[in-house]
Parts: sequence; structure tokens; C-alpha cells
Amino acid sequence: MTTAIVTSGLVKTFGATRALDGLDLTVSTGEVHGFLGPNGAGKSTTIRVLLGLLRADSGEVSLLGGDPWRDAVALHRRLAYVPGDVELWPNLTGGEAIDLLGRLRGGLDRRRRDELIERFDLDPRKKGRTYSKGNRQKVAIVAALASDAELLLLDEPTAGLDPLMESVFQDIINQMKAEGRTVLLSSHILAQVEKLADTISIIRQGRIVQSGSLVEMRHLTRTTIEAVTAAPATGLASLGGVHDLDVDDGRVRFAVDGEYLDAAVKHLSGFGIRSLTSHPPTLEELMLRHYGDELAAANGNGAD
Amino acid sequence: MTASGTAPPIRAEIPSRGRALAGTGTLIRFTLRRDRVRLPVWIGAITFFTVLTAAAFPDLYTDAAERQARAALMANPGVRAFSGPGYGLDDYTFGAMMAQEMLSWVVIFVALMSILLMVRHTRSEEETGRAELVRAAVVGRHAHTAAALIVVGGASVLLGVLMAVGLGALGIESISWAGSWLYGAALASVGVVFAAITAVTAQINEHARGAGGLAGAVFAFLFLVRGAGDMIEIGGGVLSWLSPIGWAQQTRVYVDDRWWPLLLPVALTVALIALALWLSTRRDVGASLVRTRPGRAGGSALLSSPLGLAWRQHRVAVMWWAVALSLVGLGYGSLAAEVEAFIEQAGAFDEWVGQIGAETLIDAFLSVIVMLVAVVVAVFAVLTVLRPRAEETAGMAEPLLATAVSRVTWVASHLAVALIGSVALLALAGVGLGLTASTALADASVLPRVVGAALAYTPAVWLTIGLGAALFGLLPRASLLVWLVIVYAGVVGTFFAELLNLPEWTVNLSPFGHVPMLPAEDLRWAPLAILTAIAGGLIAAGLVGFRRRDLETK
Repeated sequence: MTTAIVTSGLVKTFGATRALDGLDLTVSTGEVHGFLGPNGAGKSTTIRVLLGLLRADSGEVSLLGGDPWRDAVALHRRLAYVPGDVELWPNLTGGEAIDLLGRLRGGLDRRRRDELIERFDLDPRKKGRTYSKGNRQKVAIVAALASDAELLLLDEPTAGLDPLMESVFQDIINQMKAEGRTVLLSSHILAQVEKLADTISIIRQGRIVQSGSLVEMRHLTRTTIEAVTAAPATGLASLGGVHDLDVDDGRVRFAVDGEYLDAAVKHLSGFGIRSLTSHPPTLEELMLRHYGDELAAANGNGAD
Repeated sequence: MTASGTAPPIRAEIPSRGRALAGTGTLIRFTLRRDRVRLPVWIGAITFFTVLTAAAFPDLYTDAAERQARAALMANPGVRAFSGPGYGLDDYTFGAMMAQEMLSWVVIFVALMSILLMVRHTRSEEETGRAELVRAAVVGRHAHTAAALIVVGGASVLLGVLMAVGLGALGIESISWAGSWLYGAALASVGVVFAAITAVTAQINEHARGAGGLAGAVFAFLFLVRGAGDMIEIGGGVLSWLSPIGWAQQTRVYVDDRWWPLLLPVALTVALIALALWLSTRRDVGASLVRTRPGRAGGSALLSSPLGLAWRQHRVAVMWWAVALSLVGLGYGSLAAEVEAFIEQAGAFDEWVGQIGAETLIDAFLSVIVMLVAVVVAVFAVLTVLRPRAEETAGMAEPLLATAVSRVTWVASHLAVALIGSVALLALAGVGLGLTASTALADASVLPRVVGAALAYTPAVWLTIGLGAALFGLLPRASLLVWLVIVYAGVVGTFFAELLNLPEWTVNLSPFGHVPMLPAEDLRWAPLAILTAIAGGLIAAGLVGFRRRDLETK
């Protein structure tokens, strides 16, 4: 499998702020890659470097086999972009903006454009300044998705969409994936990435802290087990990889690291399991594991 | 928000009248806090330059004969259109001059101040959604409008007071204290009226730009109405009395000192405020009385290239500039014959004419008008060249540059509109000026000479564009500094240079100072070639700089 995006050791500073701090990101061709991180982690900066809008201070970037800074125009014919904060020309209608952006990319599929406008329930005759945030976003999404781009760079594309439109968006991304296109989907909406992404990179303070497929990431993380046993379960605390143990009569609840799951379940079965539920970590839990300290701090002072 | 089970008692009385203004005091303090720099700058700058001009009069016109020569100019309807109605001409004192020739210019800035500040505190607040936040607090329906009116109206009054004190303190005989108070009051009346007019346009239009533009158009219309009235009849005709600007002039300040015409703006202001408040009760917060019409569902063929987009964005402005500059050209050209007659009899400008080495006096007049027109065209050029920066900071450049459009192509498209547009505008103004001037002088050769003279300023305007491009590419945050070229050229090139007694070298710092002042001077190609080369170099530097820097994003 070839790679659509490779960055290594990417550094970008804005004055004293180190927005990217040695970022290594790899996105394979044909996958939907979730790019997860809290606000200010460097997601937008990364995408703008990939677009050649910002120049990295150091590090290597390869996008569709080219240098995004040097070959910007040639590469842009092959990709489409949805910014996180869409601004439109106040005196152009949504339909005009869609056509303009599509044509400047090198043409757009008329039939697909009309179909997308229909599905997103967008009024293309309204002027840019009269659109709400969600509708401005729809304009950018339609312009990007009506193209035949092989790579889609989507920066929090559904931040302003309602749940109904978000599900339309998910349908279309799945369709794009089926057509073999590559998608880099940045988000802090975990559920969306979970539904769409094949692989995920988690970014924190300008670095990728974890990267892999959802399956691989589960393997690395803890599974939560809740069980009711005939005899009170003992000795769990001394098992390797068991965390957050909570025993209450015959009821037991704990989290266990992936590689110790087998041992823990075997141990439990010795006490006569009456009921057992286990669930894989949600992305919320994944994120909490990486950003737990930050969330605690944020909750502590009530900020954010 | 009660924790207990009992519901809070519903207030029986809802005193809507008093409540409609709830929070006005707080909003006034908030407005003053937001504009703590803006207000003093507006008021200070307008007052300073007006008083400075008045102070310079005695040096400029040392004897009564020179003043009478200027009074003779007022006999020309075209001159009256742009200055005053024409009164006190028999004894044309400094005061009369101040009232005729300065008042009409100062009111432009006073009205501009009122319009911009009012829009900023009313419709802009609604458009951005901030008003919604404020209105959700204990703030009455009319508090925003009331607070803005009080602050902006107060600013106009303060400006009037400072103006009166400044002018009165000069101690010039004909600029009496009594007259100065009236002068200040007349200016304040225009400021207050346009604050009220803008309060109305802010109800009508959904967008700050539209509300400000509409108020600006009302000003331009009322200025032209009084201009027409003053043209038709010396001292002002019926039309002069249909405009608040005319009312300010009909005080005949420094000559007859009539206060009673100022009752008219007071009455109009009261009526306009009542109208604005009534209109505001007939609409929702954030909404307007006039809705934006739906447009095309798809892009026309024009919207297929960066140049097409740039033209689409600038074309309405270009057309308005074309209309305005043609009219200005036609208007000034029609004065040519009168200027000739006037100069022949008075010789008031001997020294001034000598400076620019005119062969004939009329050529000197035309060459000065051409230069003023060129500076005005440069204003268009600056507004156009600043657009890419505005789009960059607003976030519109980002999706565009993520398409297969190179940075150079994008900026060059805007530069092309600026470069070509300014040549077209120079030519149009030249044609307008030349047409009426050649008719007035009965000399067909004037037309091509004047058009050539206007086009000779192309390199200077291009250099201004080049500077804007260079700043955008290399020092984007300092882009607005390009305005300094205009301010400098305006100050040094116009009669302010004489007023301030600026030395010769200062003229050479302005690109406009290097253009041969055709048709008075001979055509010299070298300075034009050098200016063009510098303009090209600056544009190239700007494009390279922009290609090498980060795009600034939101």
C-alpha cells in the first residue's frame, strides 16, 4: 500500500508558540484517517502545512508524492479541502462559491454537485453573508465532495452541522472510501471518527502521541469488565494489568490491559460467573488516557 | 431561577416606555470605553486641520485685493457647487472665506465620522451577534440606538465646541467669537443629523456595509442637492434649503451670523430619531426591513478564474468610481474659462503660478486639477490593492489557495484590476475634464492634452499600487501604511503645502511630485520610466515575498 501523506519531525513555531513539535504522521492511500486531538493541539496547523499554506520550520513532508510547499498548485488539483472555519465572499451566493472553488480546482461534477446540494438541504441562492455557520460549512463540503479529488483534507468538517446532516456527511464519506479515495478527517468529535475512520492518529501539543488502527489501539488499551460471580471474587488486585478495581459483594468491576485480559477472565471463571459484560474502550476513554491530566486541570479551574 | 417551589410573582405592570431605555447609561460608558482612542482622533484631527487652515489664511492672502480675487471665483456656478452658496462677496473677509471654502469640506469629514461611528455601534453590533448577547441582559429595546446617538451626537457637539474655541482663539478680526460659536454649531448640526440618518439606515439594511453605504449615499445626494441649489442662484436657491448641509451654510456664518436656520436640523433630528425607533419596533433583533435578495444558484462563466473573481469583487466599486470621477472631471473642466478670466484680472496666483512654471495660467489650473484627480484615483488603487490582505485575514483566501490557484496568480488578479482600473479612471477623468475645458475655452486641442496629462500620472499611481503589493508580501501587518502615500501626496501636493510652508524637498518624497505637471510643464519621460520601474520592482518584491511567507489564517 502506498502512502498519501508522510510527515516526519515536522516543526512549526509561531513566535514563542511551538504549534508542531516533531510531528510524524502517516496516512495510507485509500484509508479514512482520523486525526484526533483537542483544540489547539496542532490539527489545523498540520493540515495547512500539508496544503502549503504554511511552511514548516523543519522536518519532511510528502503529500501524494510531492512537496506541498513547492508543488502546491499541481498537488491542489488532486485534493480538496474543507476548512474548519469557513468564510465566504459576502456578495457571492453559495452556489457561485461552490462553482468557483470547484472550477479553480480544475472542474467539478455537475450532477454530483446538484445531488449534494439536495442532500445537504442547502439553498444555493443565498448570499454568503446571510448563511449561518452550518450553511457556510455545507458550501465548503459540497465544493470539496463534488470534486473528483483523490485526497480529501477535512478540518473538523461537521462542527456546525446538525445530527441529521452529520449522518448525511457520514454516508458520503463512506461512499468516498468505497471509491478508493483517501480522507484525512480532523476532529475532536470522537464518535464521528470512530464511525468513519480505519486508522487514527492522536495529536497532542504538536506531536502524534499514538497512531494505529482502531483494532490495534484497542489491543493497546484497557477493556472494562463488569461481572457477577457466585462466590466473591478475590485476588484480582494481585493480577497484572488490572486497574480501578471495585468489588461489592458478588459484583466486580475493573479495567484490564489488553494483554492481561485472558488471564483476568480465566481467574474470574474460578468464582462461577453468573453474568459478564465487557466493553472496548470508547474513544472518549482513549482520549482521557492521553489527555486525562489536561481535562483534570481544565475541570479544576472551570476553564474551557 | 428560584430554588423554592413557588413561582416568582409575575409583575403586573410592564412599564415599556421607561424599560425601553434600560441600560442606556451602561452602554454609553461601554461605547466611550471602546472608542476611547477613535473619538479623540476623529474630533482632534478635524478640529486641528480646520483651525490650522484658518490660521494660515493671513499669510496666504496678505491684502484685500487677493481675497477679492477669490471672491470673484465664487461667481462661477461650478465653484459654488463644491464650496458655498456665495455670500459676503462684496467684502470677502477671512471669515467669509472660511465659511464659503472650508465649511463644505469639513462637513464631509464630520458626516463621515457620524456615519462610521453610528454604524459601528448599531448595525455592526447586530450583524456580529454581539447585540443579541447584550439585549439578553437587562437592556431595553432602544438602549443600543439611544446610547449610540448620545455618544455620536455628543461627539459632534464636542467637536463644535472645540472648533468654536479654536477658531475664536485665533483672534483674526473677521473670525469673531460670536461667529465661531455659530460655525461650531453649524458643523455639529450636520454631525447630529447624520447620526440620526444613520440610525434610520441601520434599521433598513441588514449589513453594516450596506447601512453605512446607504447613509453615505444620502450624504452625497444631499451634498449635490445643495450644490445644485447654490449653482442655480448666488446665495442659494430653493434646493439649498432642502439639505442639512445647505442649512449649515445658510447660517451665513461670519457674515450675517444667522442662528435660526439651525432650527431645521434640530426638527429633522427629532423626526429621524422617532422614525428610527418606530422602525426598530417593527423588526426582530438582527433582522432588517430590507432583505437581501436571493442571487444565482450557480456561478457564471466569469467565476472560472481568479481574475474573473477579482473583477466580480471590484466591478461595482470601479463603476461608481468611474461615474464619480467623470462628473468631477466634467465639473472642473467647465470652470476653465472663468478661471482664465479671473486670473487675467487679478493675478492672485502669480507666485503660485511661477512655482510650477506655467506657460499659460489656464494650463497651470488644469495641471493642478489633474494632479488632484490622480491622488483621488490613487485612493481607488489603494482600496483595491488592500483587498487581498482583507481576504487573507478574514479567512477567504484559505479555501481559494487550497485550489489549483497559485498565490502569485491570486494576488496578481487583484493587482491587475488595480493597475488597469486606475489607468481607465485616469483616462475617464481626463476625458471629462478635457471635454468641458475644451468647450469652455473653445480650443479642441485641450482635450488630448488634458487626457495625456492625466495618463502621465499612471506611473505614480502604479508606484502606490506597488508599495501596497510590497507591504502585503513582505510586511503584511503593516499593509495599511500604504495610505500614508495618499495622505502625504494629498498634504504635500495640495494647498496644504503652501499653508504649512513645506520646503521643496518634501514634494520630491511623494511619487506624485515627480510626475511632470502637464500640460503646464514639458513632458519628461525619464521620471515616468523610473517611477514605472520602481513600481514593477515593488510588485515583484511583493509577489516573491507573498510566495515565501506563511498565509495568515484565522
